[in-house]
Amino acid sequence: MLVMSWRFFRRSQGADVISIQADDFDPNAEYQALRQSGPDTGAIATFTGLVRISGDHSGVTGLFLEHYPGMTEAVIQQLIDQASERWNILTARVIHRIGPLPLGDQIVFVGIASRHRGDAFAACEFIMDALKTSAPFWKKEINQEGEHWVEQKTSDLERSESW
Amino acid sequence: MTEALSDTFTVRFFARLREELGVEEMTLKAEPGLTTGRVLEQLASRGGPWSQLKNGQPVMIAVNQAMAKEATAVNAGDELAFFPPVTGG
Repeated sequence: MLVMSWRFFRRSQGADVISIQADDFDPNAEYQALRQSGPDTGAIATFTGLVRISGDHSGVTGLFLEHYPGMTEAVIQQLIDQASERWNILTARVIHRIGPLPLGDQIVFVGIASRHRGDAFAACEFIMDALKTSAPFWKKEINQEGEHWVEQKTSDLERSESW
Repeated sequence: MTEALSDTFTVRFFARLREELGVEEMTLKAEPGLTTGRVLEQLASRGGPWSQLKNGQPVMIAVNQAMAKEATAVNAGDELAFFPPVTGG
């Protein structure tokens, strides 16, 4: 048992989860999975992004999310690797949905299990900010007037570059 | 047959670019010294919606699923991708 528990103190990519999926996700199930990051787990930070009514245009009724299969997962893994060089990360779980997403639906989840809250907060925020400007996803907004591709925001670029 | 395929590379388009160009993927012939910037120029010279690849909104470039620049070399067997700035999250 002692030999087995040693492994929990070492970070391995194998425990990370990156999932690009059409289906919804359960943040509580993700949180419970993050709790299983070993006896050194002292902090869990999570972020969930939702479809909002006010986007580039008003009266958004839903989104359509597209991605680049393969590259998207690879970029997210690189972001987790970069984060783990700067902060203590025991486990990272990143979920991003694709396809049609109605108003109020969950879009993205980032969860970090760490020893301390500072590392968990920072790694979670960094991965989310960097994902928005470097992971190949594209968002189309749908409202009563039609549909249009969302433009990349200067504020998102500034946030991502601030790290 | 294998030889005929071996001197080509693929180009993929995503999101707004895919819709406006009406093309999801194409196969082109590789040439010595080719770069992604040169591929963009050649495609833009087709005119119509293609001209936006050089004179329109920013185009992001990936080679073999990693971000690349206009000076990045293009070789036979490569997978290029052109797409608008990303907007996930």
